[in-house]
Amino acid sequence: MSRLELRGIVRRYGTVAALDGVDLTVPSGTLTAVLGPSGCGKTTLLRCVAGFERIDAGEIVVDGQVVAGPTAHTPPQRRQIVIVPQEGALFPHLSVRDNVGYGLSRAERRRGRIDEALSLVGLAGYGERMPHQMSGGQQQRVAVARALAPRPSLILLDEPFSALDAGLRAELRHDVRSALRADRATGILVTHDQGEALSTADQIAVMREGVIVQHGSPTSVYRWPADAWVATFVGDAILLPAQAEPGHRDDPAVLSTALGPVAVAGLPSGHGALTVLVRPEQVRITAPPAPQAVIATVTGDDFHGHDALVTVRLRDGTHVTARIPAPADPMATGTRVGVQVEGTGLAWRVPEPAE
Amino acid sequence: MLLTSSVVAVAVALIPLVYLAVRTAEAGGVRIAEELLTGRVAALAAGTLALAAVVTAGCLVLGVGSAFLLVRTDLPARRVFAVLAVLPLAVPTYIAGFAWVSTVDGFEGFWAAALVLTLCSYPYVLLPVAAALAGADPAQEEVSRSLGHGGWRTFTQVTLRQIRPAIAGGGLLVALYVLSDFGAVSIVRADTFTRAIFLAFDLGFDRTGALVLSTVLVALTVLVLAGEGATRRRGARYARLNGTRRPPGRAGLGRARWPAVAALLAVAVSALGVTAFSLARRMAEGVSRPGTWPEVMVAAGNSLWLSLAGTALTMLLALPLGVLSARVPGRLSATLERLGYLSHSLPGVVIGLSLVFFGINVAYPLYQTTWLLALAYAALFLPLAVTAVATATAQAPPVLEEVARSLGRGPLAVLGTVTLPLTLPGIGAGAALVFLTCMKELPATLLLRPTGVDTLATELWTNTAVAAYAGAAPYAVLLVVLSSVPTWLLAARTGILSKEVQR
Repeated sequence: MSRLELRGIVRRYGTVAALDGVDLTVPSGTLTAVLGPSGCGKTTLLRCVAGFERIDAGEIVVDGQVVAGPTAHTPPQRRQIVIVPQEGALFPHLSVRDNVGYGLSRAERRRGRIDEALSLVGLAGYGERMPHQMSGGQQQRVAVARALAPRPSLILLDEPFSALDAGLRAELRHDVRSALRADRATGILVTHDQGEALSTADQIAVMREGVIVQHGSPTSVYRWPADAWVATFVGDAILLPAQAEPGHRDDPAVLSTALGPVAVAGLPSGHGALTVLVRPEQVRITAPPAPQAVIATVTGDDFHGHDALVTVRLRDGTHVTARIPAPADPMATGTRVGVQVEGTGLAWRVPEPAE
Repeated sequence: MLLTSSVVAVAVALIPLVYLAVRTAEAGGVRIAEELLTGRVAALAAGTLALAAVVTAGCLVLGVGSAFLLVRTDLPARRVFAVLAVLPLAVPTYIAGFAWVSTVDGFEGFWAAALVLTLCSYPYVLLPVAAALAGADPAQEEVSRSLGHGGWRTFTQVTLRQIRPAIAGGGLLVALYVLSDFGAVSIVRADTFTRAIFLAFDLGFDRTGALVLSTVLVALTVLVLAGEGATRRRGARYARLNGTRRPPGRAGLGRARWPAVAALLAVAVSALGVTAFSLARRMAEGVSRPGTWPEVMVAAGNSLWLSLAGTALTMLLALPLGVLSARVPGRLSATLERLGYLSHSLPGVVIGLSLVFFGINVAYPLYQTTWLLALAYAALFLPLAVTAVATATAQAPPVLEEVARSLGRGPLAVLGTVTLPLTLPGIGAGAALVFLTCMKELPATLLLRPTGVDTLATELWTNTAVAAYAGAAPYAVLLVVLSSVPTWLLAARTGILSKEVQR
C-alpha cells in the first residue's frame, strides 16, 4: 500500500561494495522481483531496506518518508517493513495464531485480523497448531500470513520458496501472489529463480554485482533484455554471431546467421560484429527439411510433456536448442531436419576486446 | 552493550584471580622462586596433572559409553539407568570420599582419589553428550551407512564427530573440576595442589606458600584450557535450523544386552551403592540422637537461601557472556569466555580467602553478607552457567529476532516475547546446575558464610572434622536429597528420561 524508492544505495563491506548505487522504485500495491545470481547483493539490499544493515550512501524512501539516508536510520521496528525469510522462521514456541498475531496490537487481534490473514493464505482453521505440526509449505504460508497481518508498508520476501519442492513451490507462489494482491500489499521478492520472478512479479529488477542492470515488466525484460547477460539469465537464450553491413537500413533488418536469416528489430547503427538473440521457442524444426531451411542433425530430445527441448547440431558445429510445443513423437538422434527462425530477434554490438 | 556487560561479568569473576596476582607479586621474586623451585612443587604438579588426565579419560569412557547406551540403544529399564547415571551429580565428592574411606580399609592415595572423582563427575560428560546424541541429525548417519560404512565406522567417523563439541565441553568441565576439587582429595589424602594449599593456609598459616601454589594451579588451568582450544576445530558448530526433527533411531543390542546392563549396574553400584550403604548405616545411628532435626532444618534453609542468591548472581553475570559467545563467535568473545573459566579452577579455598580480603579492604559493606558468598559462587561457577546460556542462545537464531523486529517490536519486546521464551528452558537447566553446585560447595562457604549461619555442607564438615560420623549423616542425606531435585530437572531436559515418543 506504499511506494518505495531507493536512490543510489551504497553498502560497502571493507573495500567491497555489495551495493554499488542501486536505484529502484516499487510502485504502491505491486510486487517487484529482484532477480540475480547468488552474491549479486540482492539479500544485502533486502536487509538494508528492512533496516538490519546501515547504508553508506543514498536514500531509502517509503511514501515520501526517508527511513534511511546520510543522517537518518529508522530502526527496523519503526519501518513497518516486514520480512519473510527463506526458511519461514516461525517462532517455534508460539502457535500459528500467536505467530500471525505477533505484529498486531491487541485491538487488531480482537478484530479478527488473525483469521483474516490465515484465510488469505488458505490456512483458515489452522490457528491452534504449533509450527512443528505443519509441513514446510504450510509453515511458509504462515510466515506470509504473519507478514501480511499488520498491513505493513512493504513486505520483503527473501527467496521464500526455495526450500520447497517444485510442485508445492508453483502452487504456493500463486497463492502468495493472490494473497498479496487481495491485501493490496507492496512487496519485494528476492530470488535467483527467473521462472519465479517472471511468473510472480509485476516488475523485475535484474541485479548484477551490486547494481540494477535492467528494470521493467516481466514481458519487457524477457523480450527486450538490456544485454546478452540479462538475456541468458532471464530465460533460455540462443546467442548467434552476425555481421552488421552498411546495407542494413530497414527495420527490422534481416541478418544472416548460422540459423539462416533472422529479422532483427532496432539494429544498432554502424558496422561490426553483433550478437543476435533468438529464444528457443522461435526455432521451428521441420522433418524432412523445408526447402529454404538450414540443414541440421538432431543430437538430443528432452521430453517435458507440455513441450520438448530438441537439440540440433548445425553444419558449422554449433549446437542449438529449440522448444517444440506439444510434440507428437520424440525425434530420433541423427535425424536430418530443417531449422528456421520465426519472428524477430534482438542484436547487440559485440564489445571491443579492449574493454 | 552486550560487550560491556560481558566485560563487567568477566571482571567480577576475575576479582579473586586479580587478588591472587597482587598478593603473590607482593611477596617478591626471590621468595616466589624459593617456594616454587622445589621437588615438592614438581611432585604436586605431576600428581595433579596425572589425576586430572586419569579422571578425565575415565569420565569420557564412562560418560560417552553410558550416554550412547541410554540414548541410542534398546537398553532394558532405560529410564531407571538414566536416573542412576545422573544421580552421582547429587553426591558431593567429599561425601563419596568419606563413604568409601569408612567402608573400604586402607582406601587412600592417588588411585583412590581417581576412582572417587571419576564416579562422581562422569555425569558432567554424560549429560551434554546424551543431549547431543538425542539431538544429532540421524540423516548424516544414514548417509554414512548408505555409503557402505558399517555401524562402528559410522559411529567413530560420523556420530562421534557430531557430538564432539559436547564431548570436549564435558571433558573440559571434568578436568577443571579435578584441578579444583578439595573435599575428596583431602579425605583420601591424595597429594594435589588444592590439599597442599589448604594445609598451608589452615595449618601452617603460610600465606605466601599457599599463594604461590595457587598461582601454579592457575597456570595448570590455563594449560588445560589451551589444550582444549587446540583440539577444537574452527567452525565446529553443528546448528540445524530445519523445521522437521526426527529423533535418532535406536540400535538393537542383541547379545550385548545383558553385558551392557551389567556394566551400567556395576558403575551405578560403585558410584551410588557404596555411598548409600555407608550413609544408611550412619543415618540409623544419627537420627536417634535428640535435637537433631531442628538444627538440620535451619541448616537446610540457609543452604537453600545462599544457593539461590549465588545462582541468581551467577546467571546474571553469565547471560551477556553466554549470548556474546553464541552470537558473536570470535577471538574477543572466546578470550572473555576463557577468562571466565580461570577462576572456576581456582580452589574454593583461594576464592574464599581472596574475597575475605576483598570484603575487608575494598567492599566492607559486603563483608559478612550473603552477597559476598554469592560473589564467590559466581566466580566459581560462571563457566557452568555460560555454557548453558550459550547453548540456549543457539535455540533462538538471529533471524527470528529480525522477523520480530520487522513486525514492529522493539528490542526489549523481542527479548521478552521471542528470545527469552526460546532460551529460558536451557538457561533454567543451567541455573539448576549452578544451584546444585552451590549447594555442594564447601570450602568457600566455610570461609565466607555470615557469622553464625551454618549450611548443610558446613555442618557436615564440622561434624566430620571431629569424627562425629553419625552426627554428619543427616546433613549428608538431606544434601543428597536436595541436590537430587535439580539433577532430576537437568536429566529430564536432556531427554534421556523421556519415553520412546519424544517431541
